Amino acid sequence: MSELWEAFLQAIQLIVTLDSEVVEIALRSLAISATAVVLASLICIPIGGMIHFRNFHGKRVLINVIQTFYSIPTVCVGLFVFIFISRAGPLGGLNLLFTPAAVAIGQMVLITPILMGLTISALSGVDKAIKDSALSSGATEFQAIWTIIKEARFAVVAALIMGFGRAISEVGAAMILGGNIRGYTRVLTTAISLETQKGELVLALALGIILIALALIINTVVNVALQRY
Amino acid sequence: MTLLKTAQLGYSADSKALLRNINFQVERAEVFALIGPTGAGKTTLLRLLNLLDTPTSGKIYFNGQDTAESTRLRLQMRRKMAMVFQKPVVFNSTVYENIAYPLKVRKHGRKETQTRVEEMLEITGLKGYEKRRARTLSGGEAQRVALARAMIAQPELLMLDEPTANLDPVSVSKIEEVLANTIREQKTAVIMATHDMSQGQRLADMIGVLMNGEILQTGSPSEIFCSPSNKEVAEFVGVENILSGIISQKDGDLVAIDVNGATIEAISEFSVGDKVYVIIRPEDITFTLAKETSSARNMFQGEIARMTTVGQLARIEVDCGFPLLGVVTKRSAEELNFNLGKKIYASFKATAVHVIK
Repeated sequence: MSELWEAFLQAIQLIVTLDSEVVEIALRSLAISATAVVLASLICIPIGGMIHFRNFHGKRVLINVIQTFYSIPTVCVGLFVFIFISRAGPLGGLNLLFTPAAVAIGQMVLITPILMGLTISALSGVDKAIKDSALSSGATEFQAIWTIIKEARFAVVAALIMGFGRAISEVGAAMILGGNIRGYTRVLTTAISLETQKGELVLALALGIILIALALIINTVVNVALQRY
Repeated sequence: MTLLKTAQLGYSADSKALLRNINFQVERAEVFALIGPTGAGKTTLLRLLNLLDTPTSGKIYFNGQDTAESTRLRLQMRRKMAMVFQKPVVFNSTVYENIAYPLKVRKHGRKETQTRVEEMLEITGLKGYEKRRARTLSGGEAQRVALARAMIAQPELLMLDEPTANLDPVSVSKIEEVLANTIREQKTAVIMATHDMSQGQRLADMIGVLMNGEILQTGSPSEIFCSPSNKEVAEFVGVENILSGIISQKDGDLVAIDVNGATIEAISEFSVGDKVYVIIRPEDITFTLAKETSSARNMFQGEIARMTTVGQLARIEVDCGFPLLGVVTKRSAEELNFNLGKKIYASFKATAVHVIK
């Protein structure tokens, strides 16, 4: 148990002294996962909005399928994307494998179901009268969807935070698609995995604490920002 | 010129017909009140007319064009209409942004928007509220925001779904005042759903009575009130003295109707043996102490069964074998010494009797 305390102290030391490698890994983790969230939200929020707005056959089933994929194993996503972007795959020519972009794509695929599903639930929480009022005020379908999204902004942002949390904390896709290359694709989770295997438990734990602290800071900042609106 | 017209409009949900054979039209600058009890289908009809829901049968024509033609056309048409819903709905933003919304979605410039919003704030008495979060407003204030939002784009047709239901009297009169001004100045056509007959009478040029998903009668307020087409309409619009009887004799247009053993004479096209309802407006009944000779063809003796005074008026219910309600001034009632149990004569002309089936 003394390892935990030691890890905590070391984490603080790494943060306070701004250990260059740790800072670099942490920033890379942030950048990759943030990119994944931005990309995924560009896809999920409009499509989620459409699914919520329109009535069609199989809507219920579609939402169930989306929700099922919330718990897709990260290694499966890694493998799936790997097949696409490896040299022999259909997107092999883009030379994406073992790059930060590949990790971002993997994380994007991973969180797409969560983001889409939670967007749909967020929008379902908005009073139907808002949609009617928007349309009645002369909004186009797209404008009405946007209005509903704005009404649900708290819940949508909560969905984004959930997605970000899942992206930054996953290890399977980052390992398979990024390859844990030092100084290039190494992120917090892959570093933790490596240090644990090397027996550097204290460093691994310290990195874990940094990871959780990052999630905490982002959560707090976003929540404080939201309170103002 | 006709602004809106429906043809055999029908709507059903879950295989239950909510609206059937709706045929009516609204002219430009006309105020049309849709009156009917709760659950009659008023909201459903307004939602169809606002093109929010799609009818299951029949057609809606706006400015002579079929609204079912294309989605693009429906958007254009919807932008010439506006609706205020029964429950006040405001977006979770400021009052200013709420009112500006219709101009924003129409991509109007910022300058113009600001001028128009300020105008609407002034009209609806919401000046100084522009920075308030709309969700923090009271029901009456929120409904005024909704009204301002509906009027800002100067619609050709304004629809109001019980706009003053559940609001305090001050908000009701404010909203009615704003409405009356708008109708007068902007020449906006209005369709207003209400279960309040007196509100319909105050504001409307035409009234349509909607019951159980059907429009039973359309006409001017006085037509509806003085000659309701059937018993349901008569009861709903608050007509008193509705008596049921059977036509026993007929001579030309003059009929004798047997009501509970008494015979009432009236003018009617119905034939002998028909079951009918007789409507006599309380204002048309004259009370006398003695049997007098007059041109009134109907005179009955009865006992005063109930007396209530409302302001300067006395409502007198006489039991003549059937109940008959009349209205006299309080002073007449005092001078003639009316009191409970007193035997008096009630008379009314045959032409004052309205006969319906």
